[in-house]
Amino acid sequence: MSRRGKFLLGGGVIVAALAYMIYAGVSQSVVYFVTPSELRAQPVAGKAYRLGGMVQPASLKWEPRSLDLSFTLSDGKTSVPVRHKGTPPDLFAEGRGAVVEGTWTTEGYFKASLIMAKHSEEYKAPHGDEAQPGYKELLKTLKGQGNP
Amino acid sequence: MTRWLGWLAALGLLAGLAMGFGYAPKDAVQGNVQRIMYVHVPSILTAYLAFALVLIASLGYLFTRRTGWDRLAHSAGEIGVVFTGLTLVSGSIWGKPTWGTWWTWDARLTSTAILFLIYVGYLLLRGMVDDQERGARYAAVVGILGAVNIPIVHFSVLWWRTLHQPPTILSPERAPVSASIGLALLVNGVAFALLFLYLLSKRLALRRLEEEIRA
Repeated sequence: MSRRGKFLLGGGVIVAALAYMIYAGVSQSVVYFVTPSELRAQPVAGKAYRLGGMVQPASLKWEPRSLDLSFTLSDGKTSVPVRHKGTPPDLFAEGRGAVVEGTWTTEGYFKASLIMAKHSEEYKAPHGDEAQPGYKELLKTLKGQGNP
Repeated sequence: MTRWLGWLAALGLLAGLAMGFGYAPKDAVQGNVQRIMYVHVPSILTAYLAFALVLIASLGYLFTRRTGWDRLAHSAGEIGVVFTGLTLVSGSIWGKPTWGTWWTWDARLTSTAILFLIYVGYLLLRGMVDDQERGARYAAVVGILGAVNIPIVHFSVLWWRTLHQPPTILSPERAPVSASIGLALLVNGVAFALLFLYLLSKRLALRRLEEEIRA
């Protein structure tokens, strides 16, 4: 085998090994969030989790005065009640995905310190009157009538 | 040639601005904030393009040992770092109003940050080795190994649970995007590619001058 061939083969093996190690390592150790089912399977009170799921319809309650937010996160099979003190992000809504950071409490609810809203890779024009080209939107905003 | 590329890029960016703000409607869910996509997505695609060029040029250099390949790898690497930085910053600005956070350590964001660091390291390495030929050789190895991270960044959102949404462009499935939004994105993508070619051509000329002075 030529020197160049050996170099190519060796290089290929190193690259493949590196790629596999990163893939395998990250797959095992970095679970960005647990699902409600996984949390329910072995909940540890006081441990920090990231919990991800769908905000269950008709479960969202928000008190703008006291900033008390409560809702249920579901993965279709199991659900977990979540409580938070603060203002949720704009895209946070029932029927949408969310990831929350916090701890599981002995009282049987998830105490969230950070609420993050997931959004999809869909980008659609709004329906009806809202579906105007951007320059009209821009003019409205310049006149102070548009929303941010 | 360089001058023409410059004018084309300027025209493309103006057209992209007009398309992004004047033509495309706001997004039904996110509203006007979604327009950050017209910078964010072309930025990372340009960075992918730049780092793919680093890979090809590094291979070319190791096999032929011609300075031309090294010049190309170095120049593309520098521009790739700039566009990766732009991706991270624009993504962060987009993340705050939509997700509710500037940053989170999910697989997409983390792997993109690593991509940035790998190529910053690539540029540092070039600066650290005094012997030109040796520096070029070491850098070529990093330029080849670093490319492993490009598919990891792109497919991270499909392989692992992330906060970041799956890809809209270069996606295995057809992107669920309105035609007007898709068109505005395409124009901006082409404009960014032109800007990249212009910067690359400028940087290559500059490096040639640097080499002449050193010789």
